[in-house]
Amino acid sequence: MRVSPRSATLLLFLAVFAALPFLLASSFHLRVATLVWIQALAAVGLNLLMGLAGQVSLGHAGFFGIGAYAVALGPRHLGLDPLLSALAGLILSGLLALLVGRPILRLRGHYLAVATLGLGILVWLVLNSEVALTGGPDGTQVPRLVLFGWRVAGAETWYWITGAVLLVGVWLALNLEDSPLGRALRALHDSEVAARVIGIDVARTKLVVFVIAAIYAALAGSLLGLFNRFVTPQVADFLHSIELVTMVVIGGMGSTLGAIVGAAILTVLPQALTVFHDYEHAVLGFMIILFMIFLRQGIVPGLAALLPRRAVA
Amino acid sequence: MDQLLQFVFSGLTVGAVYALVALGFTLIYNASDVINFAQGEFVMLGGMVTVFAHAAGVPLPLAALLAVAVAVATGLALHRLAIEPARGANAVTLIIITIGASILIRGLAQIVFDKQFHRFPSFSGEDPISVLGASILPQSLWVLGGAAVIVAALWLFMERTLLGKAVRATAANRLAARLVGIDTALVLALAFGVSGAIGALAGILVTPITLTSVTVGTLLALKGFAAAMLGGIGNPVGAVAGGLVLGLLEALAAGFISSTYKDAVAFVVIITVLFVLPQGLLGKRAVERV
Repeated sequence: MRVSPRSATLLLFLAVFAALPFLLASSFHLRVATLVWIQALAAVGLNLLMGLAGQVSLGHAGFFGIGAYAVALGPRHLGLDPLLSALAGLILSGLLALLVGRPILRLRGHYLAVATLGLGILVWLVLNSEVALTGGPDGTQVPRLVLFGWRVAGAETWYWITGAVLLVGVWLALNLEDSPLGRALRALHDSEVAARVIGIDVARTKLVVFVIAAIYAALAGSLLGLFNRFVTPQVADFLHSIELVTMVVIGGMGSTLGAIVGAAILTVLPQALTVFHDYEHAVLGFMIILFMIFLRQGIVPGLAALLPRRAVA
Repeated sequence: MDQLLQFVFSGLTVGAVYALVALGFTLIYNASDVINFAQGEFVMLGGMVTVFAHAAGVPLPLAALLAVAVAVATGLALHRLAIEPARGANAVTLIIITIGASILIRGLAQIVFDKQFHRFPSFSGEDPISVLGASILPQSLWVLGGAAVIVAALWLFMERTLLGKAVRATAANRLAARLVGIDTALVLALAFGVSGAIGALAGILVTPITLTSVTVGTLLALKGFAAAMLGGIGNPVGAVAGGLVLGLLEALAAGFISSTYKDAVAFVVIITVLFVLPQGLLGKRAVERV
């Protein structure tokens, strides 16, 4: 039976998603898996931007942070329902991406990386400094999510919820890759001039995928806020932006499965490294360099190249 | 009036440091197209190594020399162990490598040193000098003078020496430079070494004023990068101008608007430059051939 790469990705993810709760013994492990799903959601969105459009966002944690703080601040300051607050966060992120992306993406080259770098840090600075509004560096509480009278709680519940959201996110991302928009993106990634010649509006196409990537990140942020019931400005800091980019690159740019694998590695590794607490940063930096030098195309495409041709196709 | 002058003094002092970081960026960018986000770590190493060597009883000038040597070695190692093996990789990969390197350097520094803030005594006393109603620290004069000497020395090196001309030729066209017999690998290593030295000197000069810790590198790298963007990336004169302008803007914003958002200035500047003037103050308009 021939399985398309798209179905293969979905089936593989579904199998792992369903099997993990039976393999993971403690609720701590389930919590880590939940964190993986959440980070993976942001990485899958960022992968659309990096893998398809060939653009980088070095401030994606800013959008993540907007989503996370939306579910904290919406209910407290505006009296909004958490779900409605999350939606507001998504819209805000999308609009911000639109506002910044529109002039920047007209330019050729990696200007988006520079602009998002600035944008991400500005979001972090606001979250860190507006103590009266956001609680400042100490962070702030997030009210519990209540869906139609059902108080959402427990590690296992959140495991299923975040995994299901990721599943939908992955499915949408895979569909997007094979849509006219996805093909246009791949065309302009290969050659912008050629893409323009065949009638693709290069700036607009990039802008659309940038906004989509920002919304993915904001949704992931909202999930993290609701799951942890606590947010700190750290979710929006520069290091988190770098971690998101690294997830995509380590897993393999352009591979949705790769984004999930990258997210898993970068989320589980620090948990495993807490034993060597003092060495955590050094090891992270060392790993990033090693991966970039020796496995440049990323884990998933790298492994796929090793498999016999037939098995991948 | 004297308040304004006060802000100008402090702005120029910080700006001189940004200018040196931006200059380091520019050197490496011109020689290799790599945007080196580990640039701030050189500044951190400059300050931290001097602090710890001085505390261990080494006289200050020797400690500073040692710090420069460590930063140069780090720059060369960064080139040899991380950039060189990844030759031919795309821009994003190289950026991530330098970010990885900066995390690694900071992580190692955290193990070797500690997480506290440190300083060592100013070079010529702590008593402020009064100028037209504003006061200026003697160390600020050291920073400004030191930066001026470094910029002048670099300019002389680039314009008057054969090796400097080789660096400029490599920046202009790597393939053509290799064709006329320039060892471009050597030029690249040189760029990383000199960048390390410039960064370390900036760190040594400014530590008595701003203090230092292992975490100062990230923000300095980002601001130095903003300064380079503002001046037009790849243009050394632009880098120095961009650094000074950024320092001034920051000091004025901190003085007249809000000190909380002092750090935001650099990033507002980045975004504004991209919106209005993507090639920077002194950059050339890039024309791409198809």
